[in-house]
Amino acid sequence: MIRIILSRIGQGIITLFVLVTLTFFLVRAMPGSPYAEEKAIPAHALARMKAYTGLDQPIPVQYFRYLKNLVVHQDLGDLIKKDGIKVSEIIAESFPVSLALGIFSIGIALIVGIPAGVIAAVRKNTSIDYSALAAAMIGICLPSFVIGPLLAVTAGLSLKSLNVAGWSSPGDWILPAITLGLINAAYLARLARGGMLDVLNQDYIRTARAKGVAESRIVIRHALRGGLIPAVAFIGPAFAGMISGSFVIETIFQIPGMGQHFVNAATDREFFLIQGLVLFYGFLIVGANLLADLAQITLNPRLRKA
Amino acid sequence: MILPMLRRLALLFIPSLSLLASCQKESQVDKATREGILIVGNSNEPKGLDPHIVSGVLESNILRALFEGLITNDPKNDTATPGGAALEVTSDATATVWTAKLRPNGKWSDGTPVTAHDFAFSYERMLTPELGAKYSEMLYFLKGAEDFNKGNTTDFSNVGVEVINDETLRLTLRGPTPYFPEILKHYTWTAIPRHVVLKHGKIAQRGNPWTRPENIVGNGPYQLKSWRRNHHIEVERNPHYWNSSNVTLNGVRFLPVTNPYTEARMFRDGQLHSTYGAPSEVVDLMKRDHPTQLRQEPYVGTVFYRCNTTRQPLNNPHVRQALSHAINRKAICDNVYRGFTPAHSMTPPMGNYQPPNIAKFDPDIARKLLADAGFPNGKGFPRLKILIASRETAATLAQAIQAMWRETLGIEVEIVNKEWNAYLVAMQELDYDIASAGWIGDYFDPLTFLEMWTPGNGNNLTGWNNPAFAGLLKQSFQDSDLTHRFKLLHQAETLLIEDAPVLLIAWQARNYMLHPSVEGWHPLLLANNPYQYLRLVPGHRK
Repeated sequence: MIRIILSRIGQGIITLFVLVTLTFFLVRAMPGSPYAEEKAIPAHALARMKAYTGLDQPIPVQYFRYLKNLVVHQDLGDLIKKDGIKVSEIIAESFPVSLALGIFSIGIALIVGIPAGVIAAVRKNTSIDYSALAAAMIGICLPSFVIGPLLAVTAGLSLKSLNVAGWSSPGDWILPAITLGLINAAYLARLARGGMLDVLNQDYIRTARAKGVAESRIVIRHALRGGLIPAVAFIGPAFAGMISGSFVIETIFQIPGMGQHFVNAATDREFFLIQGLVLFYGFLIVGANLLADLAQITLNPRLRKA
Repeated sequence: MILPMLRRLALLFIPSLSLLASCQKESQVDKATREGILIVGNSNEPKGLDPHIVSGVLESNILRALFEGLITNDPKNDTATPGGAALEVTSDATATVWTAKLRPNGKWSDGTPVTAHDFAFSYERMLTPELGAKYSEMLYFLKGAEDFNKGNTTDFSNVGVEVINDETLRLTLRGPTPYFPEILKHYTWTAIPRHVVLKHGKIAQRGNPWTRPENIVGNGPYQLKSWRRNHHIEVERNPHYWNSSNVTLNGVRFLPVTNPYTEARMFRDGQLHSTYGAPSEVVDLMKRDHPTQLRQEPYVGTVFYRCNTTRQPLNNPHVRQALSHAINRKAICDNVYRGFTPAHSMTPPMGNYQPPNIAKFDPDIARKLLADAGFPNGKGFPRLKILIASRETAATLAQAIQAMWRETLGIEVEIVNKEWNAYLVAMQELDYDIASAGWIGDYFDPLTFLEMWTPGNGNNLTGWNNPAFAGLLKQSFQDSDLTHRFKLLHQAETLLIEDAPVLLIAWQARNYMLHPSVEGWHPLLLANNPYQYLRLVPGHRK
């Protein structure tokens, strides 16, 4: 068991190392420069600025310096365009916001998506089923940059109690969480419906019906557990995506989350910030997978010998 | 098992949602108005608050609250030069040696007196090469500043900054500069607190933490109250400000709203007193629904196209002039850039300077010029590319000009859309034919629009090199007579426009929204409105 855990951790470290290295060289291969500005920076000032961030060094030197700082000092580096601000500060400030929004959204996705899917499956080929499916399809097809402003204009502007944007009071969570949650609810509903239909056609359900078990009991006690497996499998990766933030949601609703940094760091050529964010995201994914593996091993003794 | 759990979750979630929703009643603007706090959209998170390191408009909006220069901004008049940290700034007869008399009661926000040493220290810091201040050119008006900044001399006593005593500062300039008080308004000329900067690091150390929220000290009407990155920056009254009894506004909250449509919605929802801008669609909507809240004011900025004069056939002035004469500027201002005015010169009208009226739409002249250049009816004209950055209006403008050139000159151009950073690099490496661009004046003098076209200037980026133009500017540096100086600049600008390394398109306007509760906000060309004189009057409902 311990050997398996150790080997999974080792694999995780190798994955992260490859990720760091790839990101490091890819961002430097992008055209453009962190120092490109509308007003040109005089050459002598530019030389000093590059010396300050170490970007005047040859790329291999920069690479080993970065690795050294990362491993020895656990330092992700500083921002290039904002003097004296650490990449770790940016992540530490913005991640909790994205995490809170992500948890709230996944809550909404579950509350709306799963019951909708289950009811649609139980009332298969009725108007309820069709309307739930149609709603889910619309939810999947409408991008968040359409739903978000629509919600802001309809609910935010007309309801005095809701703000169209901002992140100051708990009420400000509602509209972005609904926007982010509904899209995932749509996927969940389709997955739950499909999973339930599969299960409801199986022999043991027919047996239960033949025995005269009440329909509600069949659905809840016998079908639900198996029927939700595809939906549950979807929740894991969706959750990782949601807690790392969404650029679109954050700019529409003016939220100080992490998603905007992914995009802005790339357009601003904030090399260290991109590297830091990618590493952090990679760390989340690797960690989540490790936990999932461990949970499976605990649940299934046969895996322990693998 | 799962369904009851879900039901329980739902029971928890739904009431809490409605509870959360019912928390707020009064709008944020109403509350802030009552408290005397102005909430403004400021377009983005500032790159920092060190006046020697940053260089943007949105940063200057915050710095204006925290720091005060020797001369400050007047709330109503662009050309007035009221004393700020200085009681008065006077010059000798040649406008070359300037003496600033500081206010005896001037204090930093920590209570320490503001002295001439702080100003001398600030200018030394900004010019010290090790700091790598990208905007140090703003201080090149000082005698010897350029040499010191470029490392040609290491002795700061060669730079024209002299502390006579704690309250007197003498500045010797590179030549007569009658408009120097205008320059002094710029934030690069404000003082930073020597004692605080040195407490947290060395004079020219980059990344000095003195501007962190817990450390920063200023001499402006406001001091930093709170700063949450990508959320807000709030400033409150500075109790040590020399004129604090006349400050009518209690504070300002700056919101870094990047999305202009979100900003417009926030304004409509009562979350902002003023917006940073207004997209065209919003301008049309506001004109219809709330015309009194829409502000459209001239701004010292110009939209233009750069021509790469090192490439065929753009090295031929006739070709560039033909392109310029084929641009229908009025149509562009009516349909693409709402509120902008057709530009007939590089410099928008400012103060007493009347720029030459040359760049005009004239299809006949355009066709004739192109024929003279060897391309009658556009025959044989190569397919040039217009480089633009991926921004909405830039694309619309390029399409409009593409159509105008096709119609008037019979030539085809291609539009190349690059991502912002790649666009900047392409322009700086002269890797383009024609590139869209804009320029916003730093100070209230035509020089801010003309000096960039001198050969070797980092913002020229056209390869254009006209010795007569550079000579006229140089001559103007030695001229202490304002009227004659403007005449020289007028001649220089005439050369620039006639030679057409740039195709002038429009003078900018600022479209933004302002809540009716804000009083005392007057249109200013540089938009450097001082906050302290504003009043917020409650009781305005939309």
